[in-house]
Amino acid sequence: MSALSVRHLSKRFRGLQAVNSVSFEVPDRGIVALIGPNGAGKTTTFNLIAGAIRADGGEISLDGLRLDRLPPHRICAAGVARTFQLVRPFGELDVADNVLVGCLHGERDIGRARDAARDILQKLGLWEQRRRLASSLTLPDRKRLEVARALGTRPKILLLDEVMAGLRPVETDQMVAFFRAINRDLGVTILLTEHVMRAVMALAQHIVVLNHGEKIAEGAPQQVVRDPAVLECYLGEEAV
Amino acid sequence: MLDVYLNQIVSGVLTGLVYGLSALGLSVIFGVCRIINFAHGEMMVVGMYLALMLFRWAGLDPLLSIPIVGGVLFAAGYALQGGLINRLIGVPEHMQFIMLAALAIVIVSSCLMIFGPDLQNAPLSYAYDSYQIGPILVDKVKIMAGGAALVVAALLAAFFRWTYLGKAIRACGDNLTGAVVIGLNVKRLYALAFGIGAGCIGVAGCILLLLVDVQPYLATDYTLLAFVIVIVGGLGSLAGALIAGVLIGVSEAVAGLLVQPSLKSVFSFALLILVLLLRPQGLFGRQA
Amino acid sequence: MIRAWLGPIPPRARILLLIVLVLLLAAPWFVDTYVLSVLIIVLYVAYMGQAWNIMMGFAGLLSIGHALYFGIGAYTGAVLYMNFGVSPWIGMIAGGLLAAVAGAIIGALGFRFRITGVYFALLTIAFAEFARILMDNFAYTGASGGFFIKLGDPHAFDLWNLRGSPVMFYYLWLAFVIGALLLCRGLLSSRLGYFWLAIREDQEAAQALGINVFRYKMGAVVLSAALTAVGGVIYAFYNNNLFPATTFNVGRSVEMLLGATIGGVGTLMGPIVGAFILTPMGEGLTILVQPLQQGGLHLDGIKQVFYGLAVIAIVVFQRRGVWPWLARLFHLESRRDDRS
Repeated sequence: MSALSVRHLSKRFRGLQAVNSVSFEVPDRGIVALIGPNGAGKTTTFNLIAGAIRADGGEISLDGLRLDRLPPHRICAAGVARTFQLVRPFGELDVADNVLVGCLHGERDIGRARDAARDILQKLGLWEQRRRLASSLTLPDRKRLEVARALGTRPKILLLDEVMAGLRPVETDQMVAFFRAINRDLGVTILLTEHVMRAVMALAQHIVVLNHGEKIAEGAPQQVVRDPAVLECYLGEEAV
Repeated sequence: MLDVYLNQIVSGVLTGLVYGLSALGLSVIFGVCRIINFAHGEMMVVGMYLALMLFRWAGLDPLLSIPIVGGVLFAAGYALQGGLINRLIGVPEHMQFIMLAALAIVIVSSCLMIFGPDLQNAPLSYAYDSYQIGPILVDKVKIMAGGAALVVAALLAAFFRWTYLGKAIRACGDNLTGAVVIGLNVKRLYALAFGIGAGCIGVAGCILLLLVDVQPYLATDYTLLAFVIVIVGGLGSLAGALIAGVLIGVSEAVAGLLVQPSLKSVFSFALLILVLLLRPQGLFGRQA
Repeated sequence: MIRAWLGPIPPRARILLLIVLVLLLAAPWFVDTYVLSVLIIVLYVAYMGQAWNIMMGFAGLLSIGHALYFGIGAYTGAVLYMNFGVSPWIGMIAGGLLAAVAGAIIGALGFRFRITGVYFALLTIAFAEFARILMDNFAYTGASGGFFIKLGDPHAFDLWNLRGSPVMFYYLWLAFVIGALLLCRGLLSSRLGYFWLAIREDQEAAQALGINVFRYKMGAVVLSAALTAVGGVIYAFYNNNLFPATTFNVGRSVEMLLGATIGGVGTLMGPIVGAFILTPMGEGLTILVQPLQQGGLHLDGIKQVFYGLAVIAIVVFQRRGVWPWLARLFHLESRRDDRS
């Protein structure tokens, strides 16, 4: 049973076909990675799923509910949470309030939302810094904050947009462990785009490879990294 | 009947050219420095008063005072930008607005102190002359004014198109980061741009003295008018400012015939609202 | 800084607030009519600033055309009273509703056509000017000649029809200022307040968290417009005369936002502090300038010159507004670890 279903998704920007009839499924409680060289259309696909931009064609559904014509806040209400490639914390609010805003989604009682926020902050190791202004955090902490905030909305599926970028290997491993944990314990489905292969190989159960806006390969991690088409798009013809 | 309309249209075109020139100044300032100059009308009034003084003391026709007034306001604008407004880059818009609105108050009140509240004008020897061209009767002052505005605008356009400095200033407006990267001294260019804008506005005021009597509170109406023109014509487009100026000038002239004169500005504001909604980059502006 | 007002008020600030409140309540007993009239202006600016601040501070929309809502309220209240014998309190509701509709239209146009920042500000100016010119020619309300409310007995205390002495109006304005303050405080510390803060910080991120940005922004716009109109009604009944040129003009809009901007946009106390700084400053300058004028110097307008320079100075040195600086200086905000 698949949670997220993407079918024949297409998007054109003036002269460029950024995403060309891409289809893939993300199984419920699964972890799928979307990889590909720069300009392959990964972030565009992400933005299409999250509703930040509108698709030209194709369908996106979450548990049978069509997402592709909904505005971003309704997509979130349907259970999709996302992080941004360039982190966007609410700089003037402190860490706790940032997560609180997320937890207030669908929760009218501030007290209960605060409790939920405390929970998440503790799980992500941000409790100690709850009073600090978001704009004063280090990059890895800001990324964690972004994830924490997104989790506050109690999503079914979490979209992670290059969340490992800029992290040191140790930090990457910590994030990977964390995502594994929420996937296992909270049943959160994860779709991530990534360049950091270390994280992809450790986390993904299934990989989809894009190049020039098209899907060129898909499968289990071990398979995909040996696929000649994949190697060619990353390393060039001669390397294969 | 047609004569009346034709006369009004011609009159509107000529006056509109002057409005367009003042809007040009606003457009340069916004297009380059990204500052909304709410003290625009006030600067124009200063230009008018300067021309008035030169007329009274030296008997200079306002049109001959153009270089002087332009120079004075250029210097003032340059100093203002360097000293005061450069601190405003990056400050939220409401603060910018308040600062310039306060500046406007300072200017108007200073004019009030120095010149008093009464309407004053420069009685020119040819103030009542007019030319007859076919069915159209045009005031000589209007032709001189429109012509002068056109000449100044053309000079400005030439400056921005063909001189190095002009292109450098445009570069700052187009792509600030790029300009910094290639080593342009942005602060100085901003000051220059503001100075040029201010000078332009002052010159427009100078020319306007031919057509209108001056008093300190004239300013507000002209600020709003300039904004309408700049938005309609498109920020950053010099031709757009002039053409929109003419458009507004004509519409106000004709509106004065069709409806009560006191309602004539309604058309300008209606046009502003429509343009803001439907085509915010203006008739000639680049796509935002 | 924003969080400080969502939690308990620290003891220092509490005492200060209490003192100020007591002084304000007792004021009419020990000040003369001139000072009382100045205080009324201060309260008027404070109230209007708070109403404006909701749209700017909470929804992030710069409006330089709030005079539109002010005028709608003022004229609605006045006309309903003079021509239909309706109490100004009903007038407030009617005016508030009409202004809310106007605000909704302008707000919706802005969102629908994606007009922001300066362009939106110009849009608001255009609508206000449009209204001003139309009203200048609208015979039913006296056109440019003005609309007048029949003066009542100055010693009366008719709260229902708002006919009475300046003292009555003083307490009325004070009540409304306090009411607006409590309202804003309540809103800011509610779920709505957090959403507004989020929207102000980063709209797109807020949307991704499920916040319906359009709905909440519109809420702020409509509330701000309605509250402004209510103030307009009170103003109309205090002044007893209304002219389009001074009711709908840009100057009126600027007057309403100056205090809030100087005090600190987006803060609770900013508009109030700003009002308490600007108005006395203006009056103080008038007094200071008097000896100069009596000395024979023809200096009409020198007060405004100093006023303008003072505003410029404040903007240059305190770009966030005076209140945040004062609050830090005197430790008037709660420390961050106060709440668990």
